[in-house]
Amino acid sequence: MLRLVLSIIFIAILAAAALFYATHLTIPEERTQRSFAPDIVKRGGELAALGYCASCHTAENGKPFAGGRPLATPFGTIYGTNITPDPETGIGAWTRAAFNRAMRDGVDRAGRDLYPAFPYDHFTKLTDEDLGALYAFLMTREAVRAQNPRNELAFPYNLRLLLAGWKLLYLDKAPVPIDPTKSAEWNRGAYLVEALSHCGACHTPRDRFGAEIASKRLDGGEAEGWWAPPLNRTSPSPVPWSEESLFNYLRSWDSGHGGAVGPMAPVVAALAAVPEQDVRAIAAYIASTLAKPSESEKRVEDNQTPAIQANSQGAQLYAGVCAACHETGGYVPFTVASLGQHTSIHGPDPRNVIHVIIHGIQPPEGTVGAIMPAFADTLNDAQIAEIVSYLRARFSSGPQWSNIADEVGRVRRRETSP
Amino acid sequence: MITLNVNGRSHEIADEPNTPLLYVLRDTLELNGAKFGCGLGQCGSCTVVVDGKSVFSCLTPISILQGRKITTLEGLGSEDAPSPLQRAFIEEQAAQCGYCIPGMIMRAHALLTANRTPTDAQIREHMNPNLCRCGTHMRVLAAIKRAARGMQAADASAPRQEVRP
Repeated sequence: MLRLVLSIIFIAILAAAALFYATHLTIPEERTQRSFAPDIVKRGGELAALGYCASCHTAENGKPFAGGRPLATPFGTIYGTNITPDPETGIGAWTRAAFNRAMRDGVDRAGRDLYPAFPYDHFTKLTDEDLGALYAFLMTREAVRAQNPRNELAFPYNLRLLLAGWKLLYLDKAPVPIDPTKSAEWNRGAYLVEALSHCGACHTPRDRFGAEIASKRLDGGEAEGWWAPPLNRTSPSPVPWSEESLFNYLRSWDSGHGGAVGPMAPVVAALAAVPEQDVRAIAAYIASTLAKPSESEKRVEDNQTPAIQANSQGAQLYAGVCAACHETGGYVPFTVASLGQHTSIHGPDPRNVIHVIIHGIQPPEGTVGAIMPAFADTLNDAQIAEIVSYLRARFSSGPQWSNIADEVGRVRRRETSP
Repeated sequence: MITLNVNGRSHEIADEPNTPLLYVLRDTLELNGAKFGCGLGQCGSCTVVVDGKSVFSCLTPISILQGRKITTLEGLGSEDAPSPLQRAFIEEQAAQCGYCIPGMIMRAHALLTANRTPTDAQIREHMNPNLCRCGTHMRVLAAIKRAARGMQAADASAPRQEVRP
């Protein structure tokens, strides 16, 4: 009985604490500053590119930063919000203080807790100076009147009160530590990766409450139905990453590893426009987290003969459909010498390979890059599964993927184009 | 032997199963509408329609086509009796060298069969994979819009009439 009473009191105290923590004041609307020094606006634009703000805050074919892009999460669909300076539907009435509170504490101007799909667990580590430049950039964009769509979240995730508890458990506001034994470039890279570019948001696995698992930092995660490969020594890539190859990859394309596809493609498109030294800094830092000091270099495998024996149908389809480009030793532009060089062939599941076969690869409009036809209308699910299983057997020493046919169906059903 | 159904007719094909459909169409069946452009699925001049969808015949081995309906340019109409879509391409003079046009027409055919009232954006998105080195894209778009208008008018006067396959 006493235990029961004690637990009830304990829960009540917790609830009161959560309520207290969850109560935020509204920051009143104000006429906000709309004119800033041009160099600060320019710097803000570069920072916005390094933070990929547009990837979530711009809808497909929509106006820049006007929101409306759906983001599927395990808890339901969340929509990127309008962050143009429209006073009613955007952030036009947000003072610097309101903007900083959103970025640092995940609380909007009206005092509502924000979902961590908005990666304030990373942005909280941004410097005042960078927040100021981002604010200057956003407040000088074209104001677009566009109402934010309502999030589609199931109970209880639609209760924003719970986010206060989430923040108590997970929000670590400590700045990115400076390592005096490392170079200025490395420290700059650490700051960009951990704070602004929020790499861990996709490349670190999340727990069941949607929080990045601190002990598995950059161990590989999820992004919109794609596998996001590890950015540390657990990477299965058979081709070692160097600062140079990472820089090439992040800027456009790397002959050792190929290019970015899926949710990583807009990241690379955004990085094309930022100062080279910032991309080099990210490459320097990630190269150090990927480093495999004790392990001898892996080799790219090609188990062609056993793979043909194990799956002659897949081999036949590969010969008819894929070989014209992928069996040329890298002669066709934007193909790597062997498909085994792609990290995704060595991943824990086949989703990335299936996505690419079904939907193909289209470079962003107006850019030069890898192009691959979509095979959704040419190949049926069983044929795609045969090809995927052949690719795995031929180019990876990992165990055969067990769930290929199911994954093919799932990737295809998510298809939105007619 | 693989049985191919091309433009409503069955053909017994003795070629290797991983032979591209394009080679069988041109060399074995002597249907020369579909063109060899790049052989890599990047230009679209080999486009044909399989089960209502446009595919690159240069990257489609005949082994996966058993029992599927293949339509080529020759299945739409002839020089004497062009289909409404072909007629629209002629009326808009949507060709310069003309090499890409059979592929353009076949990709547009798949679109208009599924959607008689495509928006400009839908046409552009659908036609995106097909390239024209002469730069006749604007006329190609005009021809597709002209064909769509003609088909809508024909639908209005005879609502139950079937489109040609």
